[in-house]
Amino acid sequence: MAKIKGDIVINTERCKGCEVCIAACPFTVIAMSKDVNSKGYHFAMKVNDECTGCTNCAVVCPDGVITVYRAKVTTE
Amino acid sequence: MEEQFEKIEIRKPENIVYKKTDLLVDRPLSYCPGCGHGTVHRMLMEVLEEMNIYEKTIGVSPVGCSVLAYDFLNIDMIGAAHGRAPAVATAVKRLWPDHFVFTYQGDGDLAAIGTAETIHACNRGENFTIIFINNGIYGMTGGQMAPTTLPGMRSSTSPYGRDVPTMGHPLKITELVAQLPGVHFVTRQAVHTPGNVRKTKKALRKAFELQKENKGVAFVEVVSNCNSGWKMTPVQANKWMEEHMFPFYPLGDIKVDGKLVEKKEMVDKE
Ligand SMILES: Cc1ncc(C[n+]2csc(CCOP(=O)(O)OP(=O)(O)O)c2C)c(N)n1
Ligand code: SF4
Ligand code: SF4
Ligand code: SF4
Ligand SMILES: [Mg+2]
Repeated sequence: MAKIKGDIVINTERCKGCEVCIAACPFTVIAMSKDVNSKGYHFAMKVNDECTGCTNCAVVCPDGVITVYRAKVTTE
Repeated sequence: MEEQFEKIEIRKPENIVYKKTDLLVDRPLSYCPGCGHGTVHRMLMEVLEEMNIYEKTIGVSPVGCSVLAYDFLNIDMIGAAHGRAPAVATAVKRLWPDHFVFTYQGDGDLAAIGTAETIHACNRGENFTIIFINNGIYGMTGGQMAPTTLPGMRSSTSPYGRDVPTMGHPLKITELVAQLPGVHFVTRQAVHTPGNVRKTKKALRKAFELQKENKGVAFVEVVSNCNSGWKMTPVQANKWMEEHMFPFYPLGDIKVDGKLVEKKEMVDKE
């Protein structure tokens, strides 16, 4: 079966931990880390596999730190 | 499921559907976490890139938090004195009429110290785009009251809230300039949700397309949060903005094709 799959890569060093991306994701893919980056910000991270590559999180991120991938994949 | 997903491996360059444009520098932006300035910068650069006009565009940066816009936008930029960006942009556009010209200004810059420049450039019908970031406050200097500060809104110079009898009414400068015949397109947008960001981008695209037709000023207001000045988290500030700023500054088109939009349609529900 062909299915659309998405993935995100967050530049965690550049994330400022504003949390604006979290509510933007329809599949609650993103949550905040317990750790902090070198600037001291808790950063956004991917916490499940539900990403569809809709780009919502990346579009709304004020610092443009999210890259989004999308592809059609076949599963049995 | 995790394993299967790992095997799929879609993190390949050909599968990228969204990535920050190179027209926005790779260095960190100086803005506070969650501030709308960065989002508007990015949408603006995406529009110039998609229209393929970035080599023929000259921007004028203001005084305010976005004073450093010249440093973040990888295009030709000029820094203007506080509030004077529309005067500088007038000169630039008249000297290079085949170039695309815009100002990028905060509410303190555009609606306080620069009121005269804003109104006269609009009234002359100069052929450039004005991008107006309204966060209801002087963000850069510590959150002082601006002409755009809402009634009752706290700021560092109205700590008990703006008292209209003593401090005056907020100025809806966007509705004001929409009255002027030199102004062709006026819209008010936001960038706190993905849907609003996409609409802002469309509005910016339209504003730059109109420069090709020399029809006069295209004015794009973006109501944005200044979470530091408002003393809230970014998420709280965006919620506060929806509840308090949008009723006073309703989103949607205000003037299209040189004609004022009927009030009913102006309130953009979504
Ligand atoms: C001639 C002059 N007067 C006053 C100032 C101080 N000043 C710097 S930024 C600013 C207000 C900026 O507010 P706004 O335009 O709303 O931008 P924001 O930081 O909120 O984005 C003021 C009054 C200045 N730099 N120059
Ligand atoms: S691309 Fe869409 S689905 Fe994927 S994490 Fe971002 S908002 Fe969620
Ligand atoms: S919106 Fe961007 S900067 Fe803010 S938490 Fe999400 S990834 Fe980080
Ligand atoms: S002070 Fe306000 S306007 Fe300035 S960067 Fe911070 S949040 Fe944005
Ligand atoms: Mg301001």
